[in-house]
Amino acid sequence: MSPTQIAALAAGGAGLVVLALLPFYIDAYYLSLSISLLQFTVLATAWGLFSGPTRYVSLATTAFFGVGAYTVAVLGELLAWPLVLLIATAIGALMALIVGISTLRLSGLHFVIFTFGLAELVRQLVIWYEVNKTRVLGRYVFVDITQSDIYWQLLALAVAVFVIGWLIARSRLGFALRIIGEDETVAKHCGINVTLAKVTLFTISAVFITLVGAIMAPRWTYIEPSIAFNPTISFQVVIMALLGGAHRLWGPAVGSIPLTLLFEFLSTRFPATSTLIIGIVFLLIVYALPSGVVGLWERVSRRKPEPPVAPQVQA
Amino acid sequence: MLWEENMVSSVTRLAAGLAAIAGVASLSAVEPVLAQSSVKIGYALSRTGPNAGGAAVTTLPNYEMWVKEVNAAGGLKLGDKRVPIEVVQYDDRSSAEEAAKALDRLITQDKVDFILPPWGTGLNLAVGPILNKAGYPHLASTAVTDRAPELAKRWPNSFWLLGTSAGASNTLVELLVKLRGEGKIGDTVAMVSVADGFGIDLSAAARPALAKANFKLAYDKTYPVGTQDLSPMVNEAKALNPDVFIAFSYPPDTLGLTEQARIAGFNPKIFYTGVGTAFPLYKSKFGANTEGVMGIGGWSGDSAAIKDYLARHKAASANGAEPDRWASAVTYASLQMLQQAIERVGKIDREAVIKDLQTGTFDTVIGKVKLENNLPTKHWWVGQWQGGEFYGVGPASNEGARAPVVPKPAWKAP
Repeated sequence: MSPTQIAALAAGGAGLVVLALLPFYIDAYYLSLSISLLQFTVLATAWGLFSGPTRYVSLATTAFFGVGAYTVAVLGELLAWPLVLLIATAIGALMALIVGISTLRLSGLHFVIFTFGLAELVRQLVIWYEVNKTRVLGRYVFVDITQSDIYWQLLALAVAVFVIGWLIARSRLGFALRIIGEDETVAKHCGINVTLAKVTLFTISAVFITLVGAIMAPRWTYIEPSIAFNPTISFQVVIMALLGGAHRLWGPAVGSIPLTLLFEFLSTRFPATSTLIIGIVFLLIVYALPSGVVGLWERVSRRKPEPPVAPQVQA
Repeated sequence: MLWEENMVSSVTRLAAGLAAIAGVASLSAVEPVLAQSSVKIGYALSRTGPNAGGAAVTTLPNYEMWVKEVNAAGGLKLGDKRVPIEVVQYDDRSSAEEAAKALDRLITQDKVDFILPPWGTGLNLAVGPILNKAGYPHLASTAVTDRAPELAKRWPNSFWLLGTSAGASNTLVELLVKLRGEGKIGDTVAMVSVADGFGIDLSAAARPALAKANFKLAYDKTYPVGTQDLSPMVNEAKALNPDVFIAFSYPPDTLGLTEQARIAGFNPKIFYTGVGTAFPLYKSKFGANTEGVMGIGGWSGDSAAIKDYLARHKAASANGAEPDRWASAVTYASLQMLQQAIERVGKIDREAVIKDLQTGTFDTVIGKVKLENNLPTKHWWVGQWQGGEFYGVGPASNEGARAPVVPKPAWKAP
């Protein structure tokens, strides 16, 4: 290992220790905000794991997130917490496998529409089951999990998603996926099992999203389908990943952090019009930054002779 | 505006993100250093999203009217001086996560003295643990949950004023038993329910109660939220010629079912619909045809306090909007209780205010309220439109209960 690598590793480790100790030094609101930041960082990074290299835009985030939350709603009071998380992982993986095998042969646009419908499909299935079988809708989650516990679990999950993402990028799978993203036909001709590669990555990404849902559920005490399967999460995650740039592992995190803070700022300062302003921000990101902040940064730093755009002085 | 002018440059957007961090951080620097010159009251309501409609009818007008009235009188009476209310409010975007975060912000950043709850069962439950941990009184006036007694035990700072769904169904069945005993109705019941929290809970409680009372449930159907064509259900129910029609419905279906029943000439002796029956919108849509329709909720329409409340509500709303005849008055009463508790304590002492809410007696628009185990002992569960007002008819033992008009008069052509 080179000295710079060791230094980077040491810095990362030190940063992690600081982050892990954070709940002891901040008040409930900053803890809440940190939970939001971590939640969206993991969601956007997990989304980017699959959608970045393959360029399939998935709107199924809330389907997996909701399944994770519902697993906790059903089993949270019955089983030990690690077991609940394990079952959530298994259910998320199984669902991703079924969905992946049946849909990843679809081309881009059809896939987007299918994943959008998937969240609604799962929501209706849950409702149907609760109405006709259990005759309860709206479940209570009373488990002994503090806000700090949620924070630490999300932090661990964030570390895991980055480590696994890093490993995938360096594996044969990651290489295969980059080829698929460039040209699927070429990938097939190279002898890559395209479907297997896509389904594997889709499943890994979905498991992380499911786990975020499971970890977050105890925060709300009460879960019903409209809370668990909230479609705005899917869109927020896509826009965060796009702002950051989904083609790099750390790109989505670059987008999720400023956007989470921006949403927070807007709902604090402009409670009545925040949704409108958020919509305008979404449009601007898609039009002005097609490859995200990371893409822009790469373009700017490649174009050495031209100085970067000077930041304007804020009014 | 900082946001719109510089949107084009991505570099400035990053700077804007940083500005947002600084903005959020600077909030914590604003500390109230003055002596108690105002009482800070915070709330996060659903201004956008699926809950916005309910919050806009039942919750926000009452919060705004109460604050206006208190401040017009000089403020809350703390000891021997009056201190005006200062409001801090956010939009929870109908999301449990946003509601939780907004309340954390109200408590730790804005350092508000008291918090008014959000609208709806889900959001009240989502903020329950936060208010409990921070020791704020939680007067939930728009949550119907069967776990209310258990929640009140778990969170002694929480007060569940709207009651349980079992209470709603059991009161309805008691009323039916009484009417059958008087020979006014037979024992055939047709029931439909919406496949969402409200419809599922109430129908689940009604089924055993009806069976126990030896009613014949001839028709029992559930329909998905947002069902547009309700005529098949109405026609099927009509074919069975039931004495009683019960719909545990949401506002759009409450309107739709009433309209279909009128068109089909389906006029059972008792016609009962769910959420929305008590809304002013129902009266303005059906006019004279509301006569005899029963529904969830109701109030003591003959009481002077309610008449006065109705007049003040109409005067305070921008467009002269009337309150709904169920949770609105309860919401306003919860604010009166909070005010009376604060004024009796005479200072900002949340623990003492909670204690007073648990033990005190309160004079409100819905009458004298004395909580037992943090729950009221009386609710209006069955109301009936009589002469253009939605009067409480059940439980019959409630003060001001009107005798129900049975059988329901025939539908008129609109």
